[in-house]
Amino acid sequence: MSTTTEPTGTGVWLHAVVAEGPADRTGITGVAGTPVRTVTGPGLAAVVADAPLTEYGEEALRRNLEDLGWLERAARAHHAVVDALSRTGAVVPARLATVYRDDDRVAAMLAERHDELVGTLTRLTGRQEWGVKGYVVPGGTPRVTEPTGVGGAGAAYLRRRRAQLTAREEGQRIAADAAAAVHTALAGYAVSARRHAPQDRRLSGAPTTMVLNGAYLVERAGLDGFSALAGELADRHPELRLELTGPWPPYSFVAEPTAEPAWA
Amino acid sequence: MGVTVLAPSSVDDPSAFRQVALVDLLDRVLATGVVVTGDITLAIADIDLIRISLRALVASVGALAPPEPALGPAFPPVPAETP
Repeated sequence: MSTTTEPTGTGVWLHAVVAEGPADRTGITGVAGTPVRTVTGPGLAAVVADAPLTEYGEEALRRNLEDLGWLERAARAHHAVVDALSRTGAVVPARLATVYRDDDRVAAMLAERHDELVGTLTRLTGRQEWGVKGYVVPGGTPRVTEPTGVGGAGAAYLRRRRAQLTAREEGQRIAADAAAAVHTALAGYAVSARRHAPQDRRLSGAPTTMVLNGAYLVERAGLDGFSALAGELADRHPELRLELTGPWPPYSFVAEPTAEPAWA
Repeated sequence: MGVTVLAPSSVDDPSAFRQVALVDLLDRVLATGVVVTGDITLAIADIDLIRISLRALVASVGALAPPEPALGPAFPPVPAETP
């Protein structure tokens, strides 16, 4: 499978960065099936795993990331490491497929990004990410009212069709407004919040359209309040079905909040 | 409507373990967590990574389900009637 440009040898897959310190990571397996290792820098530890370049080199990754089976396996293996680390303290997860040539390059990155990484770890300490997804509830929005009027079957059809379209637009607006209201309320409680793009139904398998795909950084101690608030919001917005997922490692809050995405 | 609580993983109560939905995971490991760029994967820019992965997803599920109508909040399409 190798080509003349395909490098051979072993790369270093970065799973996450944590604070340096004694930690038992035995039994944590990295992306390629070997135990994770640690590359240390001042006050920081990068948790990495060896990754053969025939599978994890740039060319190979381009190919493999298009393979859903491979992508799922890699995403789950990466997540398993990050999730395990998040149970023992603050963690800065690396994005999927962050691969270095060798440990020296990882150490150089730790030195270069030291202040930012330490700052991020401090900001994430004692906090967890929770996801709240909102789906449209069929029938939770206004029904099409049958307009009456004069005219034949053709005119009646046109009136009905116009009313259906209006109701559909109205329903979309109501669902979007409800999603925005839920997000604003949850964001007000959370330390930090962001909205991911709604998931396509073909991917999520959800029976109805998603209008909210929010992520919220919440203090561990504040979880009960957050979950109670989600319950209240669900009662207040019967036009949405809310789904809470978590706790997640703080994937969505590694970067400092920047410009609001188009979904916000 | 109530709130469905899903526990992606639970060490405290293994019986509560439910596998994380792949779409939720990909929202997080692909679109976020951009801490650093690996030197081997330097040329795979953020957008590239998301696009090629989504292409894999869409190609895999595209044949299984009808396309979702329109962009964004879409309600069941108005049935095409004839007068």
